[in-house]
Amino acid sequence: MIPMVTTTSTPSKRTKIMSALIVALIIVSFLWLSMFLIGYKLDFATLLPFKQRLWQGFSATLIISVMSLLISLFIGAMTAIGQKSKVLVISYLAQAYVQIIRGTPLLVQIYFFFYIVGTAWGITNRNVAGALILSIFEGAYISEIIRGGLESIDRQQYEIAKAIGLSPAKTSRLVTFPILMSRILPALSGQFASIIKDSSLLSVIAVNELTQNTQEISSQNFRMFENYFFLGLLYFAMSFTVSMITRWLERVYKHADNT
Amino acid sequence: MQITLNNICKSFAGKVVLANVCFDEAFSSLAIVGPSGAGKSTLLRIIGGLLTPTAGELYIDAAKVIYEEKQLLSYRRTIGFVFQSKGLFEHLTALENVTLPLIHSFDMTTDKAIETAAQLFTRFGLEEEGHKYPSQLSGGQQQRIQIARAVAVKPKLLLLDEPTSALDPELTAEVLDMLGELQSDGLNTIIVTHEMGFAKKACEKIMFIADNTIVESGPSAQIFSNPQSQPLQSFLNKVLEWHV
Repeated sequence: MIPMVTTTSTPSKRTKIMSALIVALIIVSFLWLSMFLIGYKLDFATLLPFKQRLWQGFSATLIISVMSLLISLFIGAMTAIGQKSKVLVISYLAQAYVQIIRGTPLLVQIYFFFYIVGTAWGITNRNVAGALILSIFEGAYISEIIRGGLESIDRQQYEIAKAIGLSPAKTSRLVTFPILMSRILPALSGQFASIIKDSSLLSVIAVNELTQNTQEISSQNFRMFENYFFLGLLYFAMSFTVSMITRWLERVYKHADNT
Repeated sequence: MQITLNNICKSFAGKVVLANVCFDEAFSSLAIVGPSGAGKSTLLRIIGGLLTPTAGELYIDAAKVIYEEKQLLSYRRTIGFVFQSKGLFEHLTALENVTLPLIHSFDMTTDKAIETAAQLFTRFGLEEEGHKYPSQLSGGQQQRIQIARAVAVKPKLLLLDEPTSALDPELTAEVLDMLGELQSDGLNTIIVTHEMGFAKKACEKIMFIADNTIVESGPSAQIFSNPQSQPLQSFLNKVLEWHV
């Protein structure tokens, strides 16, 4: 048997591993070379004394991100449906929300919602406020992703559902939802990664998340490169996990139509 | 089967599509023919309970169809509907497309539904296509699977909206053969079609629609050999001009 014949269509496991290793080598050498050229020697041992605070920041970021992911998905879904509402007040309200939030910087929203709205309505817990502000921000983007997905579904799919006597609730569950998922998951995946990264901006209202803690550590050990390099690594670990989970979900909802 | 249309009217945003459509005939197979844009598909959708008429009444075997969402839901389950094209759920395989109404509209168990669907697939030579998605099927196969889905629920009436107009002649024959077989089994059908040969040979009665209303209707032999109205005469002259 000639092994070459079987490896022509899909690459073998060995080829895959080798290729991945080569890519890893390219990235690592590039980083190492850059460090070498500026004559800096990284020493991650300087981070060890702060492992407690790093862990605390990491888990705070993780919790805030997961909370925001769930809340923003809810806000996004509600406002996507709201934008299409026949009641004009609801439709305009949802549209205004999306336009205002997408048209202003997150930094402005964080200050506005925390110092004005939060103070006025008695939301003083920085973690809760942080998670809510982030949810409001990301919800607007998710709303547009969902609205676009809904509008891309062929009207006739609903007419088929009607013709076979499917109830509206079952139509949503068995037709709209699975088609929608297969269409919006890639875009949603990117948005989820953004939630994790955008949470770093919450450091401006002193939420004790990863970035805030790293800034504080930097003011003590003055090892900016190690600190921020490690910070980047932790964010990547989180967003990469999200990316892997959504890839798996994409496979679940994949059908021949979008291969 | 007796279908009675009593002054059916339908307009979309002020534009009249059907005006005072009246019809009262018994038949087992009816073909609706006529020029494009005359309102054939709209009438078929009203009969199928997919559209609500602006005015008028529909009776099936003397039972009035109530155009209210709750009643329509159960009414539609007694009717099979085949669309012109893209009539399958894009996210489901051929087999799942057929089992979905059985399971979710008729509360059949999954095993029983798969068995029912598999029997139909075998009968119509579709065994190989069960696991394929609509985008992987030919137009003719898609239409035959649509018909299989519609008849799987044993409807009292099967409605077909130009089921072959998007197909080439070979695939058209494949779909019409299947339909002819179902009609000879005694299935009641109403088909909107441009296939005059099929309307003439396989359908018991013909309804000719032009300018938003029924111009002429009757037994197919009579309609084709002895058309009474001028619009029908000129329509037949046109469509049969290149007929072999």
